[in-house]
Amino acid sequence: MTLLSLGSGVYQAAEGSGPGVYQAAEGSIQTGAWLLVALPLAGAAVLLLGGRRTDRWGHWLAVGLSWASFVWGALLFFSLLSYDPEQRARTVHLFEWVHAGSFQVDAGLLLDPLSLAFVLLVTFVGSLIHVYSVAYMEHDPDRRRFFAYLNLFVAAMLLLVLADSYLLLYVGWEGVGLASYLLIGFWNQNSAYAAAAKKAFIANRVGDVGLSLAIMAMFAGFGSVSFSDVLSQSSHANEGLLTFIGLMLLLGACGKSAQFPLQSWLGDAMAGPTPVSALIHAATMVTAGVYLIVRSGPVFDGAPNAQLCVVIVGAITLIYGAIVGCAKDDIKKALAASTMSQIGYMMLAAGLGPVGAAFAIFHLLTHGFFKAGMFLGAGSVMHGMNDSVDMRRYGRLSGAMKITWATFGLGWLAILGVPPFSGFWSKDKIIEAAFIGDGWRPWVFGFAALIGAGVTAFYMSRLFFMTFQGSAENKRWPKDAHPHESPLLMTAPMMILAVGSAVLGLALGVSDGLVHWLEPVVGAHAEEEPVLAVPVLITLTLVLVALGVALAWRMYWQAKVPVVAPRGSLLTRAARRDLFQDDLNEALFMRPGQYLTRSLVYVDNRGVDGAVGGLAALVGGLGGRLRRVQSGLVRSYAASMLAGVVILLGGVLAVRI
Amino acid sequence: MIALQLLHESVSLATTQAPAETVDAGTAKLGGGGEQVLFWVMSIIMVPAALGLLFARKAVHAALGMAVVMIGLGIIYLAEQAPFLGVVQIFVYAGAVMMLFLFLLMLVGVDSSDSLVETIKGQRWMALVFGGGLAILLISVLGDVTYTAPKGLKDVDTSGNMTAMANLIFGKYVWAFEVTSALLITAVLGAMILAHRERLVPKPTQRDLSIKRIREGPVKAPLPAPGVFARSNAVDIPALLPDGSPSPLSLSRVLIARGQMRAVGTVREDVKVIEAEITPGDRPKADRNPDAASENAEGAS
Amino acid sequence: MNLVHWLYLSVLLFSIGAATVLVRRNAIIVFMGVELMLNATNLAFVTFARINGNVEGQVIALFVMLVAAAEVVVGLAIIFTIFRTRRSASVDDANLLKY
Repeated sequence: MTLLSLGSGVYQAAEGSGPGVYQAAEGSIQTGAWLLVALPLAGAAVLLLGGRRTDRWGHWLAVGLSWASFVWGALLFFSLLSYDPEQRARTVHLFEWVHAGSFQVDAGLLLDPLSLAFVLLVTFVGSLIHVYSVAYMEHDPDRRRFFAYLNLFVAAMLLLVLADSYLLLYVGWEGVGLASYLLIGFWNQNSAYAAAAKKAFIANRVGDVGLSLAIMAMFAGFGSVSFSDVLSQSSHANEGLLTFIGLMLLLGACGKSAQFPLQSWLGDAMAGPTPVSALIHAATMVTAGVYLIVRSGPVFDGAPNAQLCVVIVGAITLIYGAIVGCAKDDIKKALAASTMSQIGYMMLAAGLGPVGAAFAIFHLLTHGFFKAGMFLGAGSVMHGMNDSVDMRRYGRLSGAMKITWATFGLGWLAILGVPPFSGFWSKDKIIEAAFIGDGWRPWVFGFAALIGAGVTAFYMSRLFFMTFQGSAENKRWPKDAHPHESPLLMTAPMMILAVGSAVLGLALGVSDGLVHWLEPVVGAHAEEEPVLAVPVLITLTLVLVALGVALAWRMYWQAKVPVVAPRGSLLTRAARRDLFQDDLNEALFMRPGQYLTRSLVYVDNRGVDGAVGGLAALVGGLGGRLRRVQSGLVRSYAASMLAGVVILLGGVLAVRI
Repeated sequence: MIALQLLHESVSLATTQAPAETVDAGTAKLGGGGEQVLFWVMSIIMVPAALGLLFARKAVHAALGMAVVMIGLGIIYLAEQAPFLGVVQIFVYAGAVMMLFLFLLMLVGVDSSDSLVETIKGQRWMALVFGGGLAILLISVLGDVTYTAPKGLKDVDTSGNMTAMANLIFGKYVWAFEVTSALLITAVLGAMILAHRERLVPKPTQRDLSIKRIREGPVKAPLPAPGVFARSNAVDIPALLPDGSPSPLSLSRVLIARGQMRAVGTVREDVKVIEAEITPGDRPKADRNPDAASENAEGAS
Repeated sequence: MNLVHWLYLSVLLFSIGAATVLVRRNAIIVFMGVELMLNATNLAFVTFARINGNVEGQVIALFVMLVAAAEVVVGLAIIFTIFRTRRSASVDDANLLKY
């Protein structure tokens, strides 16, 4: 790829940082950034086209290519580090893509701090999960296809985060949606799993409509869809347009990140193999929505109403996820609810503007590590318990699966926000940011975040205690269970992720390292004080967390956990049914849609077919009647001839005269 | 009708705008009063004849009506400065074509008559309405047309009507003429092929016929011709058997049906008179009876 | 003499011929009606030839006569052939082309 002009347009900012100042990529490492996408994509192609022949070595090829992408991403990171912060936005022009009149889009990559942060997360966690899957899917005859899809996903996700225009981002967006569908429905022999995959895809699609509308509005308003043009022009654009774009982007993000109101698919997505849940539905794909919001920061800065909507959506989702997570007995579904809730946190932070956007990314990175680690742990537990997911049949597994227990425990502590683990650094910052502002906002959102933290502590502890801990009578294993530790290929990635869960927060948070790194992209923010002092907030948070842990300890460690789920309170039952989200969707959309379809089919059968068939019948009937005119009698024919002549003559004369 | 009023206006307009030389613009006057008389006479003859063709029950009557119309048309052509055509009309139509029709009527059956019951519903009404309608329509249109003054054929027929026509037929229209001749030949061939009857069995020879007669018929001898062995050979006199009685086989069926057969005795007086005229000597007794004649002959000797 | 009168006569004969074709059932009489129509047009042609002072009208009439003669020959042969095979000269009996 040649070093060419500067993307699709450069806006010279006055000075300093800020989106819009893009420079050309330098050096072969940067200009070769397309390899990040191309290598996994090639892997996917080889494995899919190669077929059974590649069964024996296909997974290692996939693993290798994934690690190769990580290595290249690391090299890119170091190459960017050598620049000044203002010069860290580099574009790589790939090829001329769309030339349709006034709609000109070139395909190119944008290498800047935000995208590289994501690249590192995706490739590192993704490669670890690739390794994990080698052992996890060992007994599955379709393992090669699984790795092909995994590589496809990595390629699409990297394309998404590296794109330099909204249109190319959309390509990656759709790609990850496709990969998610393929992977959720990997065991499509089971029709329930296939239905879950469809549900995920359709919910995603609803969001995608929002994203495409946003892109169209961008083209209509700005004449271009590249980041440089849109983000730089949005500072002086019409607020109505920006609000519309912002809301549509939010809709897209909701679909992809399983936020309210499009969150119904995440629970069902757990039908896919556990590595899929770990990679896609914990660490990476569901965070694409957050990436979109953060990347489009300038758009939201110009549309305060849209920003408010983002924050509200985030707040609602984090409470929702927390409530639902308390009632789930399926370990994976509980973790999925937790994911939903944590992404709610990220949305909340992203919607606060430059004040919270960096923390959203911070939490995203740490969440990627600990959530993926916990999912892999869940997979390990399932592996040991004959693929059972019912937590009520677990209990006291800490003795049988030590490494899993240790890694899962570190992730648990991280998500709780216990210092000095990573969650403390990122989540507390979000809570602080939520308390910044004027009027009612900081109080409402701040307390929402705070309470969410408490509930998170409760249900995550519940999960951990139900699975690994418990008093002596809590060994609720089924008769044929022989829980054992997983092989090295599975435990090694878990260990690495656990290390990350432990120290990543410290590494990124100390001296605001990540915040400074992301400053060129999200913008610097004025240091403002939250309405409650920072130490007060930290104390409140820890108190709530402790309360949550204590409650869970009482209910699930000390007490005997019933094997059969008790009826529970009204809230519990509602939470088991995902707070009736599915029922609501069915009533509001599915039933009317079905009725509409049925009525359309009816109209088609009776109306259209009836019209066509009726026309044919009419013609046939008419023909049948008309043929009787042919009586075979010459005199009748002669009579009609004469009549015709007379009528014709009369007509002509009448008209002429 | 508004239409006719408009046409009348246009006619009057044409009248005012027409050049002065046009005499009686709108009508086509030519010829004298004699032609007028001829017109009325021929019309009064021909139209009823045509109606006779339409309404006659027996086919031969209809053919007769047709013939009258043809001849009438020939006369009209002669009066209309088309002598060649008039003559050809008489030759071809009144002669050949009508003869063909009558021959065919003979083959099909002279007494075949149509029943008066109309089988197709509404056909008579259709005929009346549309036939009459056609006539009314065309007559009204023709009446409203503006005609230029008729020129007549005097100037064209400088060397005679035949020459003028021949100049056209063999000059301008020679190609049509040749094609028409081919058409005629084709028509003749067609008629021949249509009328040809393929023999399914070989034609019976005289031998076959006589064998058939001997086998089937009661009469082995040829039939007597009428008047044989009588004193006359007229058709209406029966032949006499050897015993002097009339032979029933010699009677003409048609004449019997007509009641025109004569008895043998009726010719005796005539025979006597003739004999008296031709006998030279005195033969006083003219034989009333052939037996008496033979007795006389025996008595004399 | 108004030459238009001859045209009136021609029209009248034509209509009578057309009515004959419609009303009569005997094939030969129908054919005679057709001949009547042809002759009526001949009369009109001759009259127009006289009006326009052009012999071409008569030439056309001559050709009409020629063709009509040929037509009579073949038509009567057909009628006779049909009569020979079907023993009926009624046009209503030849209705095999009905639906």
